[in-house]
Amino acid sequence: MKESAILFKNVSRVFSVRHNDIAGTVKAVDGISLDIRDGEFFSLLGPSGSGKTTSLRMIAGFDRPTSGSILLYGQDVSNLPPYERDVNTVFQDYALFPHMTVGENVAYGLMIKKVSKAERQKKADEMLDLVRLPGFADRKPAQLSGGQRQRVALARALINHPKVLLLDEPLGALDLKLRQQMQVELKSIQQRVGITFIFVTHDQEEALTMSDRIAVFNLGKIEQVGTPAEVYEHPATTFVASFVGTSNLVSGEVAKRITGSDTRFSIRPEKIRLGSMSDKIDADMVSADGVVRDVVYIGLFTRYLIELEGGGDLVVVEQNLNTTSMDVMKAKSQKVRLIWKKEHVRHVEG
Amino acid sequence: MPSKSPAQPGERASWILKISAIAALLFLHIPMWLIFLYSFTTEESAYSFPPPGLTLKWIPQAIATPAMQDALFLTLKVAALATITALILGTLAAAAVYRYEFFGKEAISFMLVLPLALPGIVTGIAMRSAIGLMTIPFSFWTIVIGHATFCVVVVYNNVLARFRRTGGTMVEASMDLGANSFQTFLHIILPNMASALLAGAILAFSLSFDEVIVTTFTAGNQQTLPIWIFSQMLKPRNRPITNVTAMLVVLITAIPILIAQRIVASSHDTEGNK
Amino acid sequence: MLNRISTFFYLRPRLVLALMLIPPLLWFLVVYIGSLMTMLLNSFFYLDGFTGKVVREFTLKTYLKLLDPTNLQIFGRTTLMAVLVTFACILIAFPLSYYMARFTSGRFKTFLYLAVTIPLWSSYVVRVYSWKLILAKEGIITWFANLVHLNGLLDAYLKLPGVGGTSLSISPTGIFIVFVYIWLPYMIIPIQTALERVPKSLIEASSDLGARPSETFRTVILPLAFPGVIAGSIFTFSLTLGDFIVPQLYGTSSYYIGKAVLTYQGTSGNIPLAAAFTMGPIVIMIVYLLIAKKLGAFDAL
Repeated sequence: MKESAILFKNVSRVFSVRHNDIAGTVKAVDGISLDIRDGEFFSLLGPSGSGKTTSLRMIAGFDRPTSGSILLYGQDVSNLPPYERDVNTVFQDYALFPHMTVGENVAYGLMIKKVSKAERQKKADEMLDLVRLPGFADRKPAQLSGGQRQRVALARALINHPKVLLLDEPLGALDLKLRQQMQVELKSIQQRVGITFIFVTHDQEEALTMSDRIAVFNLGKIEQVGTPAEVYEHPATTFVASFVGTSNLVSGEVAKRITGSDTRFSIRPEKIRLGSMSDKIDADMVSADGVVRDVVYIGLFTRYLIELEGGGDLVVVEQNLNTTSMDVMKAKSQKVRLIWKKEHVRHVEG
Repeated sequence: MPSKSPAQPGERASWILKISAIAALLFLHIPMWLIFLYSFTTEESAYSFPPPGLTLKWIPQAIATPAMQDALFLTLKVAALATITALILGTLAAAAVYRYEFFGKEAISFMLVLPLALPGIVTGIAMRSAIGLMTIPFSFWTIVIGHATFCVVVVYNNVLARFRRTGGTMVEASMDLGANSFQTFLHIILPNMASALLAGAILAFSLSFDEVIVTTFTAGNQQTLPIWIFSQMLKPRNRPITNVTAMLVVLITAIPILIAQRIVASSHDTEGNK
Repeated sequence: MLNRISTFFYLRPRLVLALMLIPPLLWFLVVYIGSLMTMLLNSFFYLDGFTGKVVREFTLKTYLKLLDPTNLQIFGRTTLMAVLVTFACILIAFPLSYYMARFTSGRFKTFLYLAVTIPLWSSYVVRVYSWKLILAKEGIITWFANLVHLNGLLDAYLKLPGVGGTSLSISPTGIFIVFVYIWLPYMIIPIQTALERVPKSLIEASSDLGARPSETFRTVILPLAFPGVIAGSIFTFSLTLGDFIVPQLYGTSSYYIGKAVLTYQGTSGNIPLAAAFTMGPIVIMIVYLLIAKKLGAFDAL
């Protein structure tokens, strides 16, 4: 196993808040331990207010832990200011310096290090090439599009060759097409420069696409850490199951009728096959009968809402292999048998 | 939802509105322009309209008047010192309010705006009371202290607005890239604040330059230019000189303000880095 | 070295905050609030009529003096003037503000904005002075009245008790005109700022829902402009209450608060009475400011 790039040891961050003269505290990060390895593309995934951004800010040094410690390649950096950490950040709003040209922005880190002007320019041009913005050095940030600013911010953060690069929802402001293109590009840049990337996002699809591993945050705690496949296929908690992808969550009486146990389980909509009442059930299969209540045709696939006989609903997604929108609509109000493999049933906590 | 008709109702100003707007503007400006006209009238002892004739002779005479010169020089000194003090205090307060959360934060703006929002006579008589109670002698410094107090809020407002517009992540970005607080201040904060500071300074300067109410209570026997003009108005001795001096004051205050507005406007243009 | 100093402060944000706050806070607490306190203190002293010296003993008799009929008249006269000036300013400012906010853009808007702000920031005394040229007996108004043969009407107006005087330049009417002129920009800017914030979509929504323009104006625009009007009125009201320059230059023998304060502290050296007098406008304004703050008028400044 590779060495740790970032190690969180039982880190908490408590903010004191005052609202309408009532003072209180909020635990933004609540006793987190986390090990991010060298060279990883690691995502911190969670809804807003889940503690992922605070965690990132503590790695960057903009915030300090209330308790616990953060190690950067073995060195305790919990109380180092940002300028003494070998970590750089791509900000959500890019934070380009409006009074400087693109070239000066990119070379800023080198200027602070007192690198000669000629050397600075050369390096800045190299970085602009890397992010595919050659010849933009003399423009002002205000003259760039959102996607271009994003690339400048990336070039600026990479020029110091940090040990770890932090990305705070950098793709949030871009439109869908550009976002997908940047996802691919970020990944390839990461592989080329070989730096550990820590990526904060609330977009589960983005996290699944890009990451080597993902930490799912909720309410200041980490719910699960794992590869995209692990997190998707084996959600450890109810929260992960519902936040990452869509899941049917079944519990209580309904669960007992299907699996024989009343422990709560999750089943992904795409794992369920829509069969007819005469279909036989194999030993490694599970089934439930119900009536199709709703059909939504979405082109690539169709989504069905099934009302189960014993109560409760299940969502089923089927690829449109050879059906048309006319065909799928006929399924409405039909009695159906839902069949899926036992191994896809995930018992979840909470 | 598409609008019901291409011509949006109420989109064009009615002629009543236009006329009222123009009338208000003329009301606001014609008197000032008259000062310029009367600076060139040949009449010495009355405000007859139309002026019987025009002359340039009062301008050199006014500029050569020793009392006017003394007053002008004193006013410039006071305004300069009051502006510098206000710059320091206003910027510190704005930075603190922008960067930090602390108890009583909302009260700060309220307190700073009080000297300008409460009647000028309140600040004036309050300072006069302090001067009287502690038997402080009237001096150049008592004028400066009074002026600086009501100038602070102007700088504060300008600087705070700029802080809010430029946003905090630039400072974080700079530190993130290896710059310590001093380097960040020099390379990032100062260049981005410079025009706001300049605009605030100019406004503070103008405010101090023509202040008369507070000054009346803190100046003792010294005459700033506005006080000199005021005394000339009470006992008109030399109307043409007063007219020319008045014109001079308009120019000295209005031109820098035009520049300040330009600065603020141009910084809006180069922004767009959101 | 610098790095270490920087880090020292970076890790102690509370210390940095204290260093930033202490100078302005100290200045305001000592110079401003301190002065206000001495004023309050002074108002409880009294002037010995024989020696002409201030006696530093706690007493309420200075405040009792405020209840003299002449002094009550001064308060009443000044407050009435402030109210009239404020309403006149609203009436004149609103169309211009509305026009600026709704029907102008780009350079023209900037031009108008400058046209309003330059008088606001520059040459208070000179602007007060300028009306002498207009209102004087031999000035423009008289010239114009003669031109259209209405000088009889002007003379008749000047003879009216309460508003007239020897000439327009020495009359309550003169004071009123000059006040309105001087404080008008303080009313235009806040109203314009408030109207500027009314989103176009809101107006469109209102007309889309079937409101006639006059209804939209009454039900959508006026309520939203209200904080601006309040903010502006704080200025016009407060500035009128405390001004002594204009009554001094354009006034007849009747006193206003500012002029009275100036006279008490100056010629008679009666600082206690001047201080007590000043408490009047302070109390009025503090109440006014608190109400305005509740109404959200400060957001429009």
